[in-house]
Amino acid sequence: MIEIKNISKWYGAFRVLTDCTTQVEKGEVIVVCGPSGSGKSTLIKCVNGLEAFQQGDIFVNGTSVGDPKTNLPKLRSHVGMVFQHFELFPHMTITENLSIAQVKVLGRSRDEANERGMKLLDRVGLKQHAHKHPGQLSGGQQQRVAIARALSMDPICMLFDEPTSALDPEMVNEVLDVMVQLAQEGMTMMVVTHEMGFARKVSNRVIFMDQGSIVEDATKEDFFGKPRSERAQQFLSKILSH
Amino acid sequence: MSTWDWQVFCKETTSGDVAPSCFGSGGDITYLDWLLSAWGWTLSVSVLALLVALLLGSLMGILRTTPHRGLVLLGNAWTELFRNIPLLVQIFLWYHVVPALIPPLRGVPSFILVVMGLGLFTSARISEQVRAGIQSLAGGQRMAGLAMGFTLPQTYRHVLLPMAYRIIIPPLTSESMNIIKNSSVAFAVSISELTLFALQAQEETSRGIEVYLAVSGLYFISAFAINRAALFIENRVRVPGMIGGGGH
Ligand SMILES: Nc1ncnc2c1ncn2[C@@H]1O[C@H](COP(=O)(O)OP(=O)(O)OP(=O)(O)O)[C@@H](O)[C@H]1O
Ligand SMILES: [Mg+2]
Repeated sequence: MIEIKNISKWYGAFRVLTDCTTQVEKGEVIVVCGPSGSGKSTLIKCVNGLEAFQQGDIFVNGTSVGDPKTNLPKLRSHVGMVFQHFELFPHMTITENLSIAQVKVLGRSRDEANERGMKLLDRVGLKQHAHKHPGQLSGGQQQRVAIARALSMDPICMLFDEPTSALDPEMVNEVLDVMVQLAQEGMTMMVVTHEMGFARKVSNRVIFMDQGSIVEDATKEDFFGKPRSERAQQFLSKILSH
Repeated sequence: MSTWDWQVFCKETTSGDVAPSCFGSGGDITYLDWLLSAWGWTLSVSVLALLVALLLGSLMGILRTTPHRGLVLLGNAWTELFRNIPLLVQIFLWYHVVPALIPPLRGVPSFILVVMGLGLFTSARISEQVRAGIQSLAGGQRMAGLAMGFTLPQTYRHVLLPMAYRIIIPPLTSESMNIIKNSSVAFAVSISELTLFALQAQEETSRGIEVYLAVSGLYFISAFAINRAALFIENRVRVPGMIGGGGH
């Protein structure tokens, strides 16, 4: 479903990504972790072309992201993305947040889009908030709406960039629950997170990044059982200790 | 102080007689007629220049935030050009220099030239505000829009601009009020607006105090009306749940 082949990226002279290669099969859940600044966000944003890369290529469902002839908006419209800071559209109601791209990008009728939006809002348990604006919801609620918004486009896979790290601790689980449910329904997911409980529960593989490289790419059993690299061991002991 | 004479506005401009209705008749006009027509010119210059400024200023401000270097350069050059030359000099450039360089512009009425001059001058300032408004949204909103599958223009239209314009209503308001005040430069190219009226009417009537008080009052009313209208708009588009947004 997602094939990342020898990706390298530079910001000026600074190399952010070094020869990253991995793949996500249909229905797989991949967790990406690593220290701050290791390039996790950059890598995941390369997948739907929000960040450009200078070497290598990425294929989403067979379509090349690096090819300048690729219709990126079309490709992005069926790759869902959830951000650390939610990024709901603050001037729209929740209903509008859920329907606007369905109407403007997919060409659905407003009724059809609203119906689909309401179904998803119900699914994340926020139906009664449909008329509100994002600023009137808690962080956890906003992130659940953001997930519903991404799902409204019927994505073939979902990208998450630290979806719970901007949340107060008591709101983390309400978001993780939605993600676990998605994973169990067979959604293809690439998730940057430090929530190792989530990784243990639903992931197929864990990728560990350090200084722009993929240092470890292992099944979750191997990763939590016997990570090979010292850096990964250190990282694990640090985040599991609290 | 003791001898204010507001009747001066009822005088006819050629005969000097006081018209009983205070408005001129039979081909002559009173100073009141002239004052009102001057106010009309001031408002026309201001409103048209504001339209030009909003249109071009928005366009240039948007260009400066796009990922295309050439467009950014164009927007930057535009902004620097029109903001670093004094307004009065720009008006004279439009009046004396531009028509000399571009012959087809020779017949263009000075009213249009003033609207262009004032409009382009103000567009540079609005471009600056639009750019700042868009950039204050940081990169997250742009990425969120693009990630939904919006094209770049759609991302501006549906995601970035609605918030950016809300944010910059206050500076846009003062810019709109400035344009009313700045329109007084039009007197320099003989547009019969309020300032030119004041200069000529006080010359003819020697009632400078009354004339200038009346003209100041009309400038004040015009700018104040813009201020109120902007406040009304600001309240209408307020986003519930935003800081200072007074949700429900
Ligand atoms: N626009 C940019 N210009 C220059 N350097 C950048 C830019 N964006 C990111 N970087 C650098 O690239 C590196 C990788 O950043 P990235 O955001 O991908 O890391 P991350 O692993 O997601 O970190 P975090 O856990 O803090 O989110 C960092 O060293 C960062 O400083
Ligand atoms: Mg990050």
